[in-house]
Amino acid sequence: MIDPTPVLEVEHLQIDFLTRRGTVHAVRDVSFTIGRGETLGLVGESGSGKSVTAQALLGMIELPGRIVGGDVRWKGESLVRGPHVRRTIERVRGQEIAMVFQDPMTSLDPVFTVGSQVVEVLRRHRRLSRKAAKARAVELLDIVGIANPTERISQYPFEMSGGMRQRVLIAMALACEPELLVADEPTTALDVTIQAQILELVAELQQELRLAVLLITHDLGVVAGVCDRVAVMYAGKIVEDAPAADLYATPAHPYSAALLRSTPRLDIVLDRLVAIEGAPPDLRRPPAGCAFATRCPFAIDHCREEQPRLEVFEPVPNAVGAGDAETLEELEQPARTERTVACFRAAEVREEVLS
Amino acid sequence: MTAVPESTALRVGRPVPSEELLVEVDGLSIHFPVGRAGFWGQRVKVVHAVDDVSFAIRRGETLGLVGESGSGKTTVGRAILRRIDPTAGTIRFQGEDITATKGEELRLLRQHMQLVFQDPYASLNPRMTVLQLVAEPLVVHGRAKSVEAAKSDVVSLLERCGLPADAADRHPHAFSGGQRQRIGIARALALRPHFIVADEPVSALDVSVRAQVVNLMQDLQHELGLTYLFIAHDLSVVRHISHRIAILYAGKLAELADSDAVYESPLHPYTEALLSSVPIPDPPLQRARRRIVLQGEIPNPIEPPTGCRFQTRCPLVQDVCRRQAPPLEEKAPGHWAACFFR
Repeated sequence: MIDPTPVLEVEHLQIDFLTRRGTVHAVRDVSFTIGRGETLGLVGESGSGKSVTAQALLGMIELPGRIVGGDVRWKGESLVRGPHVRRTIERVRGQEIAMVFQDPMTSLDPVFTVGSQVVEVLRRHRRLSRKAAKARAVELLDIVGIANPTERISQYPFEMSGGMRQRVLIAMALACEPELLVADEPTTALDVTIQAQILELVAELQQELRLAVLLITHDLGVVAGVCDRVAVMYAGKIVEDAPAADLYATPAHPYSAALLRSTPRLDIVLDRLVAIEGAPPDLRRPPAGCAFATRCPFAIDHCREEQPRLEVFEPVPNAVGAGDAETLEELEQPARTERTVACFRAAEVREEVLS
Repeated sequence: MTAVPESTALRVGRPVPSEELLVEVDGLSIHFPVGRAGFWGQRVKVVHAVDDVSFAIRRGETLGLVGESGSGKTTVGRAILRRIDPTAGTIRFQGEDITATKGEELRLLRQHMQLVFQDPYASLNPRMTVLQLVAEPLVVHGRAKSVEAAKSDVVSLLERCGLPADAADRHPHAFSGGQRQRIGIARALALRPHFIVADEPVSALDVSVRAQVVNLMQDLQHELGLTYLFIAHDLSVVRHISHRIAILYAGKLAELADSDAVYESPLHPYTEALLSSVPIPDPPLQRARRRIVLQGEIPNPIEPPTGCRFQTRCPLVQDVCRRQAPPLEEKAPGHWAACFFR
């Protein structure tokens, strides 16, 4: 069950990158929250700002990148500004919020055994003795589904496949029993049968450890099986944030709708794929109005002149859990069923989707 | 000689391939030696990249070649283009055996078969203009006297591939990933080939752009009567573009059938697992699906397992699978699979 009290709050986050050819406004006013035990999918195409947003959560934005506005709060404490921000990040990073990255090939140190790398995390954050740390490392490898962990622990990363390495990284991320796991494209570099294994693992861990997960991906399919909520990003902004089932069934932002339509599906055969013509705007000079207006079939003059804000679209009457809610308690917490959309034409989009 | 699998049924909405076989691959095996022979003459290890693979592609058809990393799909594509020499087996193109073609003859042959690469960032020389890139094959093969002389042809080809008219004078860096892939396609089409091997042509692209490029490839096939070998690991895209699909596992063909048959009634347990691993963007459906999560990983190609290559992960495995490799058999008209129990 999801506790709707947010543990992570991102508010009006803005991140710029200073490049020789001008300032890129990579993240432009992004706000979202994650509740305890909740899984949020942050979906977007390349350049949408999804990975940069994730990096900002743990103070990983480095020059030429800069957080120029907004705030990230972990259980009320800022991870962006204030006199003790460095210390707060040091305490939270790895311990309470852990990260898994896309590329399992480069995230491990090639000259140490995987065991010693897991042990290092445990000794640094948990102050365990060498022996206790090693025992715990074996346990962790076992939890993430690595067969023969006692032998595997003395292997080097090059002796393992991509899927195995991703499991090791997840084991390292879990070492300190974090409350939030940030996974940035964790399966993109993996084959599809291995991707299925890793996603299954994430879902299991999420259930067993009551872990909150921020899953960053470009693949709407990956999100569908594991996420409670989905936030869609386009050109540095969140354009729609909704319960997963609602977003897929009735997208309200034209970009979410177009992205869903252009995703080829295994179970549906079309004569022709639906492409989104055109390309995203140059974020050195973001447009005055809605960034999607140039590619949007619904756009009117208003869209090109003014930026639509992310607003509550409609109070959905507990669409996801209503049928099979197990406890009364669940029904009494409809706080996370709302949908927010940044579009002046959302009502029209919705109508067309439904028709 | 093993029988060459062929199909009967066809899907509407796609160009109808002729009965003529454009490419025939028969018993293709490709082994790569790895490491050096030792001083004392130790045995050199061998990677069994492709083992006894047979299939045919008809003129005007798209054959999807699907497999995970290490399955040998790229190697098969390169071998057909004669960029890799096969260890065993024959390759025929337009009825002629090209397995041993060399020199000038091979150069002439290459005009008819071209490659579209996966990575539109790495496959275009950044120092050349788009005009130079697309005109180069024309000049090399003597179809044009100079780059400038080819310009009008190049410009119309670029336009046909959905690029702006002024694209010719710019460099690749001025273009997005999708546009670069269009340039790569234009370059491959410059010599008006009959046959294109497209090696993961849309894997590096974003979803919305991927659809643009897939649509372009289908339009070009209609117009120019092209034949494609479409190599990919993304089963959703492959289903969409292919007439027939061949599934490779660890260097061997597991299944070969019409595209709809592969998806609606897969016969090989690997195909089943592969299909069930592809997430469907529909939460209630995805959560309710029966999913087969395979244990373990693709076997080491240096020491492939005895018998069936899939036996180490197969949910149906029996003793016979460990002793003997199942032959690729026609289990239903046009539907080939290599499994004892299907």
